[in-house]
Amino acid sequence: MSELSVKHLLGIKYLNEKDIQLIFETADHFKEVINRSIKKVPSLRDITIANIFFENSTRTKLSFELAEKRLSADVINFSAGQSSVKKGETLIDTVNNILSMKVDMVVMRHPNPGAGIFLSKHVNASIVNAGDGAHEHPTQALLDSYSIREKLGDVAGKNVVIVGDILHSRVALSNIFALKLQGANVKVCGPKTLLPKHVESLGVEVETDLRKALNWCDVANMLRIQNERLDISYFPTTREYTQQFGVNRTLLESLNKEIVIMHPGPINRGVEITSDVADSNQSIILNQVENGVAIRMAVIYLLASKIK
Amino acid sequence: MSQKVLLSEKEINIILHRLACQLLENHLDFSNTVLIGIQPRGTFVAERLTKILKEEYKVKHIDLGFLDITFYRDDFRRGDKTLEATATSINFLVEDKNVVLIDDVLYTGRSINAALTALQSFGRPKDVELLTLIDRRFSRHLPIQPNYRGRQVDAINNEKVKVMWKENDGKDVIYLINK
Repeated sequence: MSELSVKHLLGIKYLNEKDIQLIFETADHFKEVINRSIKKVPSLRDITIANIFFENSTRTKLSFELAEKRLSADVINFSAGQSSVKKGETLIDTVNNILSMKVDMVVMRHPNPGAGIFLSKHVNASIVNAGDGAHEHPTQALLDSYSIREKLGDVAGKNVVIVGDILHSRVALSNIFALKLQGANVKVCGPKTLLPKHVESLGVEVETDLRKALNWCDVANMLRIQNERLDISYFPTTREYTQQFGVNRTLLESLNKEIVIMHPGPINRGVEITSDVADSNQSIILNQVENGVAIRMAVIYLLASKIK
Repeated sequence: MSQKVLLSEKEINIILHRLACQLLENHLDFSNTVLIGIQPRGTFVAERLTKILKEEYKVKHIDLGFLDITFYRDDFRRGDKTLEATATSINFLVEDKNVVLIDDVLYTGRSINAALTALQSFGRPKDVELLTLIDRRFSRHLPIQPNYRGRQVDAINNEKVKVMWKENDGKDVIYLINK
């Protein structure tokens, strides 16, 4: 019998390799459950979970909510747009008010890096980070690695390139931690302006030539250009970005092997990847979404079992 | 800690054959019957019975499934440890079928209760029966009794019944262990 080494899921940085394996093995069972005609299990019938989103989200929020409901937890949803946060309430006050209603677990997305860690030190509930600014997005990295494991059998020893805006991406950071922990080789690729300084210190290599990177890799994880986070111009035009760092069918067919294409969504079709690539057999983008529910069920189940 | 042999390999074999015959008597060709072994240890009993029925009693086809009940248990968050799941593999619907749930030891009845809940995810069976190799009769928490039992045991609560199988533990034997 094993259990997670942590009480909260704040980032991949705080997990060890065994935790990741346990999450994956548990997710295997939940994947079987969500493919049944009756997709629900009663495990968390006495647990209440609050989904608190201070930042927009469609996929992650739906995926978490579905995962919670499939586990029979009671769910309340909260979006900052319609709340007292606008009236000046602090984060701790907001969350403590929600917890007074006997909530056991909080799933939170917040624009500020470290918001989850801060909260975990001040409130008495299990916290799941659903994205904190440009810091971490642990469940996305877990489902990405899980999808690689499903497609290629294992993550260890695989070559993975993360392409795009590494500087502002919490998906990139969590993915780097998760992939390195499982023994994959990681390269990051993008315009120099969007690569953080000293990124090599995380144990990754930098490549600015997309074709070289693709020829090296088994998997390419194409990140979205997050226009909402680009406060200044990091590249001259979207068109120029696409020419240098966008993946299209012609480019894929000119490579010396068939690689797996991933994308955390939402896709800017025609910017980081073209439609014929996104919808091709090489793309596992929709598998990632399906696996997202199983991974989040596993994370919530394993954390909830530590709530006494 | 002391342990004594409750059933030897030979006795287990005789009992398994008797249980197979009892199943055969009630279900004949197994055309509308499915056997479901409860994970993790009821699966060994279910596999053995299926093997005997097919090889020695020439039943042509038996639907055999394995059911994991972890996510349906009533003691989630009540123990010290995380409940770890095993695989479910039921590749058929149980709708309108006669289901025989199979486990090694019937103790409090809570596992069977969880199995009955879990079974609902696979359809509405015509009826459900229970087969257990060992029935600890004085320790039930719920009104659950087996339809087929291998051996009834009057074990007290600090005693443990340990069932071992060749394919998993190296030999067929059942011990009664006094903790």
